[in-house]
Order: sequence, then C-alpha cells, then structure tokens
Amino acid sequence: MRKIISFILIAIIAAGIFFSLQEIPFGAAKSRVREYYLDNGIEQTGATNIVTSVVVSYRGFDTLGEVTVLFLATIGLSAILYREKERKIKKRRKSSLILYTGCKFLFPLILLFGAYIFIHGHLTPGGGFQGGAIIASGFLLTMLGCWRWEGFNRNRFKITESISGLVFVVVGLLGLLYGGYFLSNYLPKGVPNELFSAGIIPIIYVVIGFKVGSEIAGIINDMVRSG
Amino acid sequence: MIILEIILVFVMLIGAVAAGIFKDLLNAVIAAGFVSFIAAILFYFLHAPDVAMAEASIGAALTTAIFIIAIKKTKRFEEDEEDN
Repeated sequence: MRKIISFILIAIIAAGIFFSLQEIPFGAAKSRVREYYLDNGIEQTGATNIVTSVVVSYRGFDTLGEVTVLFLATIGLSAILYREKERKIKKRRKSSLILYTGCKFLFPLILLFGAYIFIHGHLTPGGGFQGGAIIASGFLLTMLGCWRWEGFNRNRFKITESISGLVFVVVGLLGLLYGGYFLSNYLPKGVPNELFSAGIIPIIYVVIGFKVGSEIAGIINDMVRSG
Repeated sequence: MIILEIILVFVMLIGAVAAGIFKDLLNAVIAAGFVSFIAAILFYFLHAPDVAMAEASIGAALTTAIFIIAIKKTKRFEEDEEDN
C-alpha cells in the first residue's frame, strides 16, 4: 500500500516537472543577458574567464551568500560533532613505506596545483571553489595515507576561514567607499590576459580559495576526529 | 561525439539506479561517486570546464570520502525493512 502511494506521488511530481519544463524553449535566445556578458565582460571587468567575471563581479553578492551558507554548514557540523574531551583514538597500523613516501611527495604538489587554480581563476577555467576543493582533497590524502591519521588541530582551520571571510567583506566594503557600491571593482583593470589584471577579482578568488579549502578540510577533519 | 554522450548518459543512469538498489552501502556510495564522475565528463563535453572541475573534485572525490568515513563510523549494510 505504502509503495503504491509513494509511486503515485513520484509520478505526479515527475509529470509536474515535465510539463513545467516543456514551457521553456531550450536553445532559443530568450534572454539578452548572455550576449551582454559575452560582449562587454572583458571590457568591464578585465577578466578573460567570463564565468569568473559573472561569479565574482556581476553576481559577487550572491557569491558572498554562497560562502556564508558554506560557513554556516561547517559551524553546524562541528557543533554536532564536537566533543569536550577527545576520545582516545586507536593506534593505527603504520602505512607501508611506498604509500607513506608517495603521499608525502604528493601533498605539496596537490597544494601547489590548488593554489595555481585559484590564483589563475580570472584567466583560465577554475577558481576559488575548485582550487579550495583540490586543497581539501590534499588534506584528506594526508589523513588517509601518511602522518595525520588522527587529524589536525581544528582551531587552525577555523582561524583561516574566519580571516579569509573577513577579508572578503572588507574588500567589498572598501568598494562601497571608493566605487560607490558594495563589491565594486575599484582597482585598475590592467591588461587582459595578464596575471595582475581584473582589479579585485583575483584578490577575492584567492580569499575564496583559502576559505573553501579550510572549510571542507575542516569538515573532513571534524568527521575523522569525532571518534 | 553525440553517440559517446548518449552512451555516457545511459551508463550514468545505470549507476544512479544501482546506487539506489545496492544493500551494501559502500557499493552504493561508490556508484554515486561514479555518477558524479560521468557528470563531470559530460560537463566538459558541454563546454563547461569550470563546472566540470567543481563536480569532479567535490562530487566525485570529497563527497565520496565523507560518506565512506560516515559508513565506517556507523553500519555498512542496510537492513531489510518489513513491509507493513
């Protein structure tokens, strides 16, 4: 009985989604926003990666909200998993020499690659979120394979996260002071395709990279440490 | 190229159904990560490399790892539910 009811409900939801999606003319040029971004993006923001100029410049305030949601999720998770007294973690077997050496060798390279991704966010595909996730996967590798089975000190992740969030907001407020509105691009745009171009976009993406990396690494760290 | 995309979509569908059917939760998590991985390849074919990178690193790698840690701390096998 329960299965039949749930099947009927799923069928109703599927039909609703199907009929509402039928109204959208996929592929047709309905809105002119896309053309506007493609035509004026490089000129107005200085970033050659149009996705970055939309995420950080045109829709920068939305990105601030997105980062805030991630911050709240991390806070909630560590509030649930936090223990006043650390439970004694079982002594694990040491990993083999090949695994240990490979992991130690790869960890700085993964950090470097993540940093490359978010520093070049305004020039090549990628950016703060992607680079931060890559850095977090490097920390995950150290917890799985080499010398950090018991996890890191959680306060360091929290401090990095808070400082980078603060820098994001301060950069936005300085835009209010110099440019007239929150997160306005008040620094010189420079020549497109150069590393130091696009005004405040690289600064914000580096900050987002640190923030996302420390947040996701902090989530994994909390889960590993929770005993 | 379009044939490859169609094949990938069908493989992705099989992975998604398998993730729902498996009783061994470890297998289900691996199947879900596989779905994310195929999604990342499809995003790349659709000229969205930014989204593909985010999907590959967060969806395929980190989410799978978090689920596996959670399974390790709880139970691995799903229990049969009684039909009432």
